[in-house]
Amino acid sequence: MATPSSAHTTAPAALNRGQMLGLALVFAVACALPFVVSNYRVFQFTLALVYAIALLGLNMLTGYNGQISLGHGAFYAIGAYVAAILMDKFGVPYWLTIPAAGAVCLVAGFLFGLPALRLEGLYLSLATFALGVAMPQILKYKGFEHWTGGVQGIVIVKPDPPEWLSLTQDQWLYFVVLACLVVLFVIGWNLLRGRIGRAMVAIRDQPIAAQVMGVNTALVKSLTFGVSAMYTGIAGALGAIVIQFVAPDTFTIFLSISLVVGIVIGGLASISGAIYGALFIQFIPNVADQISKAAPWAIYGVFLIVFMYVMPSGVAGFIRIIIGRLRQRRQR
Amino acid sequence: MKFSPIRRASLLAFAAALAVAAAPAAAQKKYGPGASDTEIKLGQTMPYSGPASAYGTIGKLHTAYFKMINEAGGINGRKINLISLDDGYSPPKTVEQVRKLVEQDEVLALFQTLGTPPNSAIHKYVNAKKVPHLLLATGATKWADPKNYPWTLGFNLSYQAEGTIYAKYLLKNKPGAKVAILYQNDDYGKDVLKGVKDGLGAAAAKMIVAEATYEVSDPTVDSQIVTLQGSGADTFINITTPKFGAQAVRKAFDSGWKPLHIINNVSASVGSVLTPAGLDKSVGLLTLQYYKDPNDPQWKDDPAMLEWRAFMGRYYREGDPKDASNLYAYLTAQTMVHILKACGNDLTRENVMKQAANIKNLKLPLLLTGMSLNTSPTDFFLVKQGQLAKFTGTQWQGFGEVLGTAD
Repeated sequence: MATPSSAHTTAPAALNRGQMLGLALVFAVACALPFVVSNYRVFQFTLALVYAIALLGLNMLTGYNGQISLGHGAFYAIGAYVAAILMDKFGVPYWLTIPAAGAVCLVAGFLFGLPALRLEGLYLSLATFALGVAMPQILKYKGFEHWTGGVQGIVIVKPDPPEWLSLTQDQWLYFVVLACLVVLFVIGWNLLRGRIGRAMVAIRDQPIAAQVMGVNTALVKSLTFGVSAMYTGIAGALGAIVIQFVAPDTFTIFLSISLVVGIVIGGLASISGAIYGALFIQFIPNVADQISKAAPWAIYGVFLIVFMYVMPSGVAGFIRIIIGRLRQRRQR
Repeated sequence: MKFSPIRRASLLAFAAALAVAAAPAAAQKKYGPGASDTEIKLGQTMPYSGPASAYGTIGKLHTAYFKMINEAGGINGRKINLISLDDGYSPPKTVEQVRKLVEQDEVLALFQTLGTPPNSAIHKYVNAKKVPHLLLATGATKWADPKNYPWTLGFNLSYQAEGTIYAKYLLKNKPGAKVAILYQNDDYGKDVLKGVKDGLGAAAAKMIVAEATYEVSDPTVDSQIVTLQGSGADTFINITTPKFGAQAVRKAFDSGWKPLHIINNVSASVGSVLTPAGLDKSVGLLTLQYYKDPNDPQWKDDPAMLEWRAFMGRYYREGDPKDASNLYAYLTAQTMVHILKACGNDLTRENVMKQAANIKNLKLPLLLTGMSLNTSPTDFFLVKQGQLAKFTGTQWQGFGEVLGTAD
């Protein structure tokens, strides 16, 4: 018996016609968006897209592979610093820093993933938590200060759009990030619905059975960690370029926690969930701040609880259930 | 030390002179973004949440102060509308909030955005947008760089200026001093150190006999103190943050060193530094102050202090009258009101910046007696003076003249 809610435990299937149409529509809206809202809003949406990339990375690791990371902000920070240092100290053009940040984080994530193999569940989340907590202080370390700028951080010049395009800087950055997001989402989607994606889910649900089936658990887990860190690192680089500034205080443990909040709210093991989660972590704190100046984080907490109560499988799961119900009704 | 009636009169005369100066401008009204016949819109970011949330009280006091100003008719009939947003002391959030203030709310100027990292993140942006970025609540020296950043003007006595004043004091009162320096190994520590060295000038090489550093992550500074003591120094400049300040005060006393001990203003808090170090061990410490300390009994009946306390009781009851941040915030709000009044009816961003860069001899009553605020288009250091204070065992007691970096 196939119930709609069982869908989120398996790797994503190929798209049907309706979903294709829906996606095309979403993409069209995303392209039109920067022309109808103010530059400040474009900037906010750009940040949301950046978070979406980071969330997809974390979701691969936590949602699909079942490894909980409370320290992904560290990889976001590494990506951001790689981009900032390359631009500031070596004059590398901004678009080249994005793959560079991804490559560095892929290696960093893979290397961190190797020892982390010995740690399961909560122990792994504590190890990653340690990484996240340590990162701001590592960035302030005086041995690196020549590169990182210490507590003062690094200010980056905002990239200009190519001259033949009559876009503002904010609109241009939005499209750069959107392009990265589309590429990374297509790659992620291909990865997750194929052999590797199935292996990842199998390791999450039945590690012993997966091993018996011939899945190289250690390799898949480390690779997942690496790819996940790569996505988050690319997001970090884009985030640094959009914000035009990196400093250790940007990458506190709260960033890591926000990312976890994002994937849970968006929907674990869901690709589209990354977008919903990103919109949540970008906009809900502002909404909360507008409701109450005195206790914005209490309001934020209320939002979290309400979301979890109303949508226990995240926004993506909620939408899936609604669509399933509508379909059933139509079939009757 | 009390506020004399003569000083009062001179203040009034000064205010009157200002009003006269502003009068001709009344002929034509000019408005930039965020200003109108009825309103002046200001924006700020404050750490209402996050690691520095103790400073959030500054923004709350500003809101209360402007409410009082508005109830009394506002500034030339215009009400101040301060939009104060939370940035959690996180630079990316500051960028987002400041962009909101500038692009969406269209504020006339930014006022007292707090913290060095948050302000670093928006430094280039606000200067590119030509938005007055005024009275920043941080002591970093880079906020006074009118050549490269003509739209940014800080408030606090800069760390370098503080260091320079200590150096000038030593040159004058203890020219033969053998100085040992302990400093925190970051931009703040180096900023104060640079001030000391600049102040000593050619004598620095001869007078400074030892330097030591510590990291914020170090457990203690005991070994550094022992090293400094071993150098034979008789004067100790202690450039530390509160936790290490307390350790250094205790160790310098317990080890029997007992030098002339100057502790920087960052660690001059009686409650969080001297009490844990031991009040008896803190007797004779020197520091620098530039505004009146609400806990200092000598100001108990000071008219300015009474006025401030009355304000606290009437408009900001939830605020702590022992917290010096609330007094600081009152001072900065007064300075902002002074700038806006000086603008008259020309409320453009250019004129706001022009007035902020032309503050002449502004004597606010909560500043230490004899002090004044001054800026010029080539000098964005607003506070350049301070008075040394000695710890008596129960409180700081100001002594001597008001010292400046130029003296």
